[in-house]
Amino acid sequence: MSLLSVENLVVRHGLLQAVRGVSFSIERGETLALVGANGAGKTTLLRAIAGAHQPAAGRVLLDGADLTSVPSHRRVGMGIALVPEGRKLFVQMTVEENLLLGRTAGRPGEWSVDKVLDMFPNLRPRRHAKTGHLSGGEQQATAIGRALMSNPEVLLLDEVSLGLSPLIVDRVYAALQGLIASGTTIILVEQDLNRALSVSDRVICMLEGRVALEGPSKAVSRDNVTKAYFGLHRKSPGSVPA
Amino acid sequence: MSNQIIQGILLGGYYALIACGLSFMFSVMRIINLAHGSLAVFAAFALWWLASRYHIPPFVGLLIVLPLMAAIGWALQRFLLERSARGGTLLPILTTFGLAIVIDNMLFEQFGADTRSLAPYIGSLSYASWEWPGSIYVGKLAVIMFATAVILLGGLQLFLTRTRLGRSIRATSEDPDTAGLVGVDARRANAVAASIAMVTVGLAGAFLGMRATFDPYAGAPQLLFAFEAAVIGGAGSLWGTLVGGIVLALAQTLGAQVHPQGFLIGGHAVFLVVLFVRLSTSGLGLRGLLRLPSRSAS
Amino acid sequence: MSAVSSSPVIERGTMTSRIAAIAVAVIIALLAIAPQFLSAGAVDRMTALFIYVILAAMWNALAGFGGLVSVGQQVFFGLGAYFTIRLADAGLNPFASLFVSAIVVGIVSWPLSFFMLRLRNGEFAIGMWVIAALTHLLVNLDRLVQGETGTSLISLNVYDAGTRRATIYWLALASMTALLAVLFGLLRGSTGAAIRAIRDNEDAAASVGVRVTGTKRLLFVLAAFGIGVAGALWLATSITFQPKTYFNVQWTAYMIFMVLVGGIGTFEGAILGALVFFLIETWFGGTGVWYLVGLGATAVLFSLFLPRGLWGTIEERFGLRFLPVGYRVRLPENAPSDDGTAPSPV
Repeated sequence: MSLLSVENLVVRHGLLQAVRGVSFSIERGETLALVGANGAGKTTLLRAIAGAHQPAAGRVLLDGADLTSVPSHRRVGMGIALVPEGRKLFVQMTVEENLLLGRTAGRPGEWSVDKVLDMFPNLRPRRHAKTGHLSGGEQQATAIGRALMSNPEVLLLDEVSLGLSPLIVDRVYAALQGLIASGTTIILVEQDLNRALSVSDRVICMLEGRVALEGPSKAVSRDNVTKAYFGLHRKSPGSVPA
Repeated sequence: MSNQIIQGILLGGYYALIACGLSFMFSVMRIINLAHGSLAVFAAFALWWLASRYHIPPFVGLLIVLPLMAAIGWALQRFLLERSARGGTLLPILTTFGLAIVIDNMLFEQFGADTRSLAPYIGSLSYASWEWPGSIYVGKLAVIMFATAVILLGGLQLFLTRTRLGRSIRATSEDPDTAGLVGVDARRANAVAASIAMVTVGLAGAFLGMRATFDPYAGAPQLLFAFEAAVIGGAGSLWGTLVGGIVLALAQTLGAQVHPQGFLIGGHAVFLVVLFVRLSTSGLGLRGLLRLPSRSAS
Repeated sequence: MSAVSSSPVIERGTMTSRIAAIAVAVIIALLAIAPQFLSAGAVDRMTALFIYVILAAMWNALAGFGGLVSVGQQVFFGLGAYFTIRLADAGLNPFASLFVSAIVVGIVSWPLSFFMLRLRNGEFAIGMWVIAALTHLLVNLDRLVQGETGTSLISLNVYDAGTRRATIYWLALASMTALLAVLFGLLRGSTGAAIRAIRDNEDAAASVGVRVTGTKRLLFVLAAFGIGVAGALWLATSITFQPKTYFNVQWTAYMIFMVLVGGIGTFEGAILGALVFFLIETWFGGTGVWYLVGLGATAVLFSLFLPRGLWGTIEERFGLRFLPVGYRVRLPENAPSDDGTAPSPV
């Protein structure tokens, strides 16, 4: 049985249909990359899995159990943790407090404040600083740490490299590689196609709320993904943007 | 004069008590509860009823009334505020105002127009005093009141920073959606916060009844005192409400020196002056007088 | 011609609204001659109704259109009465005093608006209450008022009871009609577009260049003036001025009740709410405290379960609009009609 599966999921924002009948599943230990243009529905899909959006139709299953009507805070306890787009830290609270919050409903496990600080050593001196005063990279590290504190079975990462300098992105991804190596199941949304393909086992490309392409990251060519990305595979491939 | 200043400072303890629940609830749920004062008067009546009918001393009666207030807070949040807050920021003002009218008139229906006091039920405490150096007499009740305010504010501060539930409440106040995503039950956090606020209201009602008289329509002035103390104290920390309460009480004491009817005028005037200074120094960026945290995430 | 008929038609009035306009004119004419046929008591009650309509319409202008919920509007009601007492005492004709007083209230509210309009939501609401409480205390200090003992509009006694009653009735009717007309004109004019934009989304309105503060100030001053008129008229009907009665928060409670029940943010709703309140008061006013409990409870229930009020719900359900303050787009006959749920264009 797949660890997490999504069946014919439909999510609306008012009249706008952001996700239109998406299905996929992910196995334990797998890393899945969601790519696609802005507005393709990646973030909405991720947030629906985490329980931040109530779907209009379809189901979300974890280990076969139907989560569709479970509120977001209880999904954390069942093993789903989201690192939201824009990090969404509690800026009036310290790094440590943000991390401890991650443990509110989390599962028992190995993660602790110290272990997060070991993973991101540059956070250690900022432990008691309000997160509103942190740099972008430190904030992102805190956001990832906060999600890990709940000892998730599935970690959902939404645009973790957004707004960070390339050097910091390298560091964040180095840390993620460690998580992947330790067997954490990850779904990540990433704008940087090269990074998405290199870090993941499988890739799903979304277009206008639907799955446009799905395949193993090693097997799909960058060219194919690019075409799916822009919705060109149905039309004549004119000039494919680089 | 120094005697009056000390009395004023101690009275500030009462205002801090009544204000801290109002600003606590506002900072967590962004709701100004216009039934705040009426609920304090309700608690005072409940204690009076227990004392006059069943001879339960008010301090013992608190053991019954405070849990009752906590339950009321929980129900208030679950059945009224949660629902009306979904209709926007203006609706809760109307809902809680309507609730205040209901409470005031129900109290009138039940207890009549007579003014009551808890003073007869607390023995010598209502008039006993200590003599301090410089032949200053301070009422024991006033000192207890002030000490309660300090302990309550300190306790709340510790609770909010040191406990998991306290952190959950702070996280919910900053961003309820994200709080849910990290595992905080925002509805529960809000209900707990409302319960805590109502417990503080219950305490304030108890001291209102012990230090003075009250009647069914005494809720409105208590609400105004609470609001004024909270705004004068300003945003930032719970300790601000203590400062605000003291400033309000001192202004009232000073007002009473100037004119026989100057007590209330002095309080309102200092509130408006503080407001004016705050508005003219903060520029257009003023988003809220009472709010503690800013809502923007990153 | 055929090309035009297949595209949507933008219109202001509908057939219903044209009929309604005629009906309004007829009703006003009938009300104007009514004192000839009504008993003295009925004339007094009708005067009270007109004052309620003014109160509801003015509170609705502020809260429903300006997004400014105030629980301190009794300050203008009280000041309207107080300034009348002062002006009449200075020798001005009592009937003239009523309106000069309201103008003074409007003038006083203007500088106040610079201060109060910078407060938001609940802070504005309760801040206004503080203003009302303080004003009440200050008015009490006036020797003429003699504290809570109060005073009377004695100069009105030179008129005999019948003349006085009919004059006040007509003044109330004229004030109500004029204030409603001004409000209607405001909502239909270019300010109306700004008002609706602010009502729908204040920040968005500001970002497209709507003068948010200026528009709110206009509504604030209009509401102060209108409620001042109402307070002055109330004084004229009851003669005695006790500060406690006029600066009572209950006046705002009545306004909130009327607007919430009638339909906040709808022009017709406030009038309907005043009518409902008038009837409830007539039937249940004698039950005292339970009547007030009922008013409060009804306000709570409407805010929770029917926040659009009676008129808002009717309008939504049936797409009915008697006095259209907005525009609406009518789709051609063959297109699916959807005017019940279509957002009113701004």
